[in-house]
Amino acid sequence: MRSPSPVVASPPGRLFRLIGVLIAALAAVIAVVTLTAGPAAAAEGDPYRISGNVQLDGEPLEGVRLVIDGPGGEQEVETDENGQWRVSVPEKDDYTVTLDEETLPEGIAVVDPEDDSPNEKDVTVGAGGRVTVNFFIGEGERNVTSVWDQFLQRLVQGLNFGLMLGLAAVGLSLVFGTTGISNFAHGEMVTFGAVAASFLVSAGSLALPLWIGLPLAVVLSAVLGLVLDVILWRPLRRKRVGVVQLMIVSIGLSLAMRYIYQFFIGGGTTQLPYSSAPKLAFGPVQLSWIDIASIILSILVIVGFALWLTYSRLGKATRAISDNSPLAAASGIDVDYVVRIVWIVAGGLAGLAGVLYAYYRPGIKWDMGAQVLLLMFAAVTLGGLGTAFGALIGSLIVGVLVEVSGLWIPDDLKYAGALVILIVILLFRPQGILGRRERIG
Amino acid sequence: MDWLQIFSNSLSSILSPATIGYALAALGLAVHFGYAGLLNMGIAGFMAIGAYGYAISSLSFGFPWWLAILVGLGASAIFALILGVPTLRLRGDYLAIVTIAAAEVVRLLFLTTAFDEYTGSADGLSGYQGSFRDANPIPDGIYGFGPWMYTANEWWVRIMGLVTLAIAVLVVWMLMRSPWGRVLKGIREDEDAVRALGKNAFAYKMQALVLGGVLAAAGGIVYALDRAASPGVYVTSLTFFVWTALLLGGAATVFGPLLGSLIFWVLQTFLSNFLPALVQAGVLPFMSQIQAGTLRFILVGVALMLLVIFMPQGILGNKKELTFVK
Repeated sequence: MRSPSPVVASPPGRLFRLIGVLIAALAAVIAVVTLTAGPAAAAEGDPYRISGNVQLDGEPLEGVRLVIDGPGGEQEVETDENGQWRVSVPEKDDYTVTLDEETLPEGIAVVDPEDDSPNEKDVTVGAGGRVTVNFFIGEGERNVTSVWDQFLQRLVQGLNFGLMLGLAAVGLSLVFGTTGISNFAHGEMVTFGAVAASFLVSAGSLALPLWIGLPLAVVLSAVLGLVLDVILWRPLRRKRVGVVQLMIVSIGLSLAMRYIYQFFIGGGTTQLPYSSAPKLAFGPVQLSWIDIASIILSILVIVGFALWLTYSRLGKATRAISDNSPLAAASGIDVDYVVRIVWIVAGGLAGLAGVLYAYYRPGIKWDMGAQVLLLMFAAVTLGGLGTAFGALIGSLIVGVLVEVSGLWIPDDLKYAGALVILIVILLFRPQGILGRRERIG
Repeated sequence: MDWLQIFSNSLSSILSPATIGYALAALGLAVHFGYAGLLNMGIAGFMAIGAYGYAISSLSFGFPWWLAILVGLGASAIFALILGVPTLRLRGDYLAIVTIAAAEVVRLLFLTTAFDEYTGSADGLSGYQGSFRDANPIPDGIYGFGPWMYTANEWWVRIMGLVTLAIAVLVVWMLMRSPWGRVLKGIREDEDAVRALGKNAFAYKMQALVLGGVLAAAGGIVYALDRAASPGVYVTSLTFFVWTALLLGGAATVFGPLLGSLIFWVLQTFLSNFLPALVQAGVLPFMSQIQAGTLRFILVGVALMLLVIFMPQGILGNKKELTFVK
């Protein structure tokens, strides 16, 4: 059962480093012959085994030297013609496996972006007595795909994310424009869409088909917007509560809502159906059909919304109120009614964004909306507070920026990058791209 | 249900470092919002910088505890300066959005694995209190009475925290009675009027931002003295909790932040003991103990809403001196 060449070479095996790949194979044979001269502590008969494969793009690499260190002493081994290697060790304990990169062919290296020293791995021989160590070998320094291909992939992902963000951000911006509320609970309205969808279509609960369940989740989100306006925001408007107070009320609402979600769905992450749909390749860009549907749906809804805002009576009234609320009221617009419609639209759009975000992340979590709330604020501020189209442009910029910046900065800092941009924008153009100077006070 | 244990735990939280830390942070926020009218939504960032400044300079550079604490406070002052330059000329809600974003950036910087060597990333930092504990003059043992039985180390943290709090309260109280404080309140009420009197409103607001930021950082340090500094603590929820404590006590008062933090933590501790006990006793049959634990955070949110709508001046505040003028 042992492999053809379990090589246990003697410590002065550094000579091998100077010998080419072909000669190394020969040397391996010689080493087998001189096996008995090897270090005594780790012997053929040891009960436990560490083994592995060294391959490049599916082709085995022969004559690659590995050093295994741990209880029983240091052992060296080279891969056979199938790229395999294995050693026997005396104890179930921790071992360090080091791949000698100088024995790899020219221009080839061990790649693992997660690891500073990818050619060195710590393994533990566990209860089973055997453990496998595989090294990922790639060409060049680190990247397997070219920077340009990665850029394209991230650009498309960023557009998808930006469109989704835009759906949520236009609602936030409309609410701000018409009522003056910086609505910190908007993130929770996004979460609501996802949680409602999960409730409607998940196998564990109602298990409705997607084509009924997901639109119904959006409708429920719009109803949430209506309910919040009826029981909370309208009474506060009547009471003439100041905008700062309204902002803090929205913070309280945000806290209460997110912990209500946690109350019902717990702290874990759940998935919607088809969330792990297979990826299709379009050149260098990989998308699942859910991604494609998400992009198309976002574009359709945003175009429809833009037409509504530009040409319909209600849309015009909304813009008039954003522009100058007292003047709009004086010219016969029912401000209260329009604001209610705005809350409903904002709720519905946020809910849709929530469903799409649940697929994008992927997963539904109680604080998922709070995670993107600041990106929405960044988008709205970037575009200009209170302007719906500014929010759209801002969202696309923020979405692409977040994804593409991952090429240069660590992935767990990509949201921070967008927020830094937000702060810098305020330094130079506080009114945003489409905003006007007078708003910033 | 063990009532004695529940009440004992609740009363014990009066002196907990968390309460003292919240009180200091809320006092800083009172300087920002209550007196200067600055909507700082990034108080968690200031607390994080204080705590991490202390922890990193202790662990990575081996500073003694007093120097490490000064580093934490200084870092927070610099953070306030950086934050103030672009935002203090803007309207209130812009400041709110920028400060909350900046606090999140700070948290993400402490969370990322890129600086794992110094920040410990998601695990955070611990074991940085060694030098502080070595300076403890109290001999080993357990002291106190009733619910307030603590070890020498626990007393040392509490005494230093209370001394810091007392000094901070005294400083803020004297400052707010001084001409400087009157100008600050004037800026809160009507910035243009103060400017018309020839005062440099920007400079005053910046000074208030730095002072409040340093107080918040001190709060963050006290809060971190008996636990680990972990990025999971300094989330936006922490900011909102400190706001709740502040608004509960009264934003434009010196003792309001203290009272608010006290009530906040005693109630939190009480509910975190009481609600699961209710579930265990079968009084709340429709929820689990974990859900009962979540319930108190829902109540915080509801309480914050009700407070702002019906009692914006807080318990100790003066209804005539409303702080929500803009």
